[in-house]
Amino acid sequence: MEDKTMSKFQLITKGLVKDNPTFVLLLGMCPTLATTTSAVNGLSMGLATLFVLVLSNMAISAIAPVVPDKVHIPVYIVVIATFVTILQLLMQAFTPGIYATLGLFIPLIVVNCIVLGRAEAFASKHSVGDSALDGLGVGLGFTLSLTVIGLVREILGSGSAFGWKFLPGDGMLAFVMAPGAFLVLGYLMVLFNKYLAKK
Amino acid sequence: MEILLIIVSAIFVNNIVLAQFLGICPYLGVSSKLSTASGMSAAVCFVITLATLVTYLLNKYLLLPFGLEFLQTIAFILVIAALVQMVEIVLKKVSPSLYQALGIFLPLITTNCAVLGVAINVVTKEFTFGLPSHMLGLGEAVLYAFATSLGYGLAMVLFAGLREHLALNDVPKSFRGVPIALITVGILAMAFMGFSGIA
Amino acid sequence: MAVQSNLKSMVLCLTTVCLVCSALLAGVYAMTKAPIDETSARILRESIGAVLPEGGELSEPVAAEVGGQQSEYYVLTKDGAPAAYAVKSCVPGFGGTLEVMVGVTADGVVYNTSVLSHQETPGLGAKCTTDVPFMEQWRGFDPAARVLAVRKDGGDVDAITASTITSRAYTLAVKNAVDLVRSLAGAAPTDGATGASVRPAETQNDGGQDNE
Repeated sequence: MEDKTMSKFQLITKGLVKDNPTFVLLLGMCPTLATTTSAVNGLSMGLATLFVLVLSNMAISAIAPVVPDKVHIPVYIVVIATFVTILQLLMQAFTPGIYATLGLFIPLIVVNCIVLGRAEAFASKHSVGDSALDGLGVGLGFTLSLTVIGLVREILGSGSAFGWKFLPGDGMLAFVMAPGAFLVLGYLMVLFNKYLAKK
Repeated sequence: MEILLIIVSAIFVNNIVLAQFLGICPYLGVSSKLSTASGMSAAVCFVITLATLVTYLLNKYLLLPFGLEFLQTIAFILVIAALVQMVEIVLKKVSPSLYQALGIFLPLITTNCAVLGVAINVVTKEFTFGLPSHMLGLGEAVLYAFATSLGYGLAMVLFAGLREHLALNDVPKSFRGVPIALITVGILAMAFMGFSGIA
Repeated sequence: MAVQSNLKSMVLCLTTVCLVCSALLAGVYAMTKAPIDETSARILRESIGAVLPEGGELSEPVAAEVGGQQSEYYVLTKDGAPAAYAVKSCVPGFGGTLEVMVGVTADGVVYNTSVLSHQETPGLGAKCTTDVPFMEQWRGFDPAARVLAVRKDGGDVDAITASTITSRAYTLAVKNAVDLVRSLAGAAPTDGATGASVRPAETQNDGGQDNE
């Protein structure tokens, strides 16, 4: 019993550091770079992906036993695209501001390799409950990375954190724009590597 | 004049990788050698142009008339996946030498968000190109898609060239691999920012 | 563990999944359609409310051409006479279309403005929705007394720092709206020329340090 709860706990926490989708597995780079102009934007994108991950993982683990092997990829893609569109409609209805900011990158969750990757590597072989936890863990790891990158870019680029401005002036604008995304992610990855090497 | 603006804007100003953050995963993945980079670019170019043509027609003559816009994401990704498969089969039969060159990259393209990204952008976004903003016509859409994929190729080949040189240098341990690559892209993106304001 | 892959099972499975998913989506779409419409209507209502004086009666949208683009405006009637207009003005910005709701009183003075949608660069042009001095300068801007152009072009509009193109586009949007209201009131446009002739991207030739 002790052992089992531990493993459930690990399902959730492994995505945060050891199997962090952004810094270790290098998955889902496009939304990571494009939507992290501020901490709030990064957080919203992370949560949107989390939503799709958990639901598609659950649905796929439920239907996996009856899907013929040769068509499993198209079936998974259709399932994922369905949840993405549901999310898109819900966001349009209830959080139009965030939807306008994240724009194109909401429909593009469909081709985020994290989602299809988890479906293929985990959900198709495990129970619905475990798959949900796995989606939650990986989603949280993704959300955490995006929020951190967004926070760093926001602090350097506009002198604020989560919209709260604490530095006067405009900040270094390059960090809000495209080059800053690559630079911040590159240097954060260096720090992450250093941290992992020490451990 | 407008044609020129579309081309310049799609290749340089709004470069798909360096300004729009689309297609980053394969960009980082296959850009370590110049030969694979140019092979991948050619395959992407082919698929983006074809996919945009097909999804544009699909959207205009099937989804919009029946009020099925909410199936856009799902329909587009299925069309792209099927198209990639078909291109693979046709190439294998018609031109084995081209298939040899592009074949291994084709399966990777389905999950390249550049393809879906351009297809969705073209049918949902209004473009300006210095004129009153408007939805793109079929000709413009295909031209835009083609020019965008040329921009992808340009960024890819430039970066592969840089990486080949980078591989010969003694990079600090924590920077090796993806981090130094990201930092290089960041500097490349900064160079491309110089193009903004042209179109 | 998976089912045998023969043609029948594959076709059956794909068809079922597609049908179920489409049905599910159609259901969610039908459910969210009302809230989505309501949300966009609310955003429109709020922006009209923000750019017009209080009180009076607001008309239904009237179709019109604003700066050469098909758009619409709303009339606020007070005491039986039109008191102010809210004009939806769309111009090409730096990253894409910039949609501004411009409130203009019947005597041609800008009451207030509000951005409906934009695709400007975060941290630069996107400041047109947060930069207080830029936004506040439109309140009570009288195009008869001051020139509707950014300072760089010899006008009286303070541009957003490092975002001249966005500021020019915004100014053009306001100008197009003012011109429409003037023509509705029967007066000549602000400078005799058509508003659409100023193209933001082309007028930037001073080689300044502006990014947009």
